Amino acid sequence: MRIDIKISKDVLDPKICSDFVSHPSTGGIALFIGTVRNSTNNKKVLRLEFEAYESMAVSEMKKIAKAVVEKWDAQRVVIHHRVGVLDIEEIAVIIAVSTPHRKAAFEACEFAIDTLKQVVPIWKKEIFEDGEVWVAAHP
Amino acid sequence: MKLNLVAFGIAKDIIGEKNLVVDYDVMSIAQLKEQLCKDFPEFEALNSISFAINEEYRLDDFALTANDEVVIIPPVAGG
Repeated sequence: MRIDIKISKDVLDPKICSDFVSHPSTGGIALFIGTVRNSTNNKKVLRLEFEAYESMAVSEMKKIAKAVVEKWDAQRVVIHHRVGVLDIEEIAVIIAVSTPHRKAAFEACEFAIDTLKQVVPIWKKEIFEDGEVWVAAHP
Repeated sequence: MKLNLVAFGIAKDIIGEKNLVVDYDVMSIAQLKEQLCKDFPEFEALNSISFAINEEYRLDDFALTANDEVVIIPPVAGG
C-alpha cells in the first residue's frame, strides 16, 4: 500500500508519518506539519475546532494522494488530518511524501496541502476571547 | 421533490440543524441553491456554497433525484 489516509480525533504523530513513507529507493522525504497558530489578523486565538464530512474528506484526500503518486512518481504518501478541539501549537495536519529526488518531494507536498485546503470538506472555527468565526466562510 | 439535506460547518448554523428534509420544486443543484438562498438568506453572504451527493461534488446542472441525500458544503478550511 503506497498511501495512508486518516482523519482522527487523536493526536497526530509525525514519526508515524515519516516512517510510513520511508522506502529503500527514496532519496528525499518532505514532511509538512500544519499547526494551530495563536493569532489571526493580530487577534488572539484561544483554540480551533475542526469538523469533517469524514467519508467524503477521506475520499478527496485519497484522490490527492493518488495524484501525487502519479504526477511526481512518489513512493509513499501520507495525509493525516485531525478533527475536534485543538489547542495552540497542536498539529492539525501532516503530509509526508517520499520520492527518488528531493525537488519532487517538495513540489508534491506543496501541491497536496494546497489542494487539501481547496477541496477537502473540512471546516475550522477560530475561538477568540470575545466570540468565534468559521474560517473562510465570508469574503 | 423530497430531499434530505445534510449541513456542515456554518451551513449547520444557518439552517439550525444538521439534517433537514425539504420538499422543494427543484430539478437541479442550481435550483436547489436558489431555493435555499430564498429560505435562508444568510447563504448569500458566504464566499461559496457547494453540494455533494454520494460523496462527490455536484455542479449546477446536476439533475436531482427524489430522496437524494444532498450535503451542503460551505467554504472549506482544512489544514
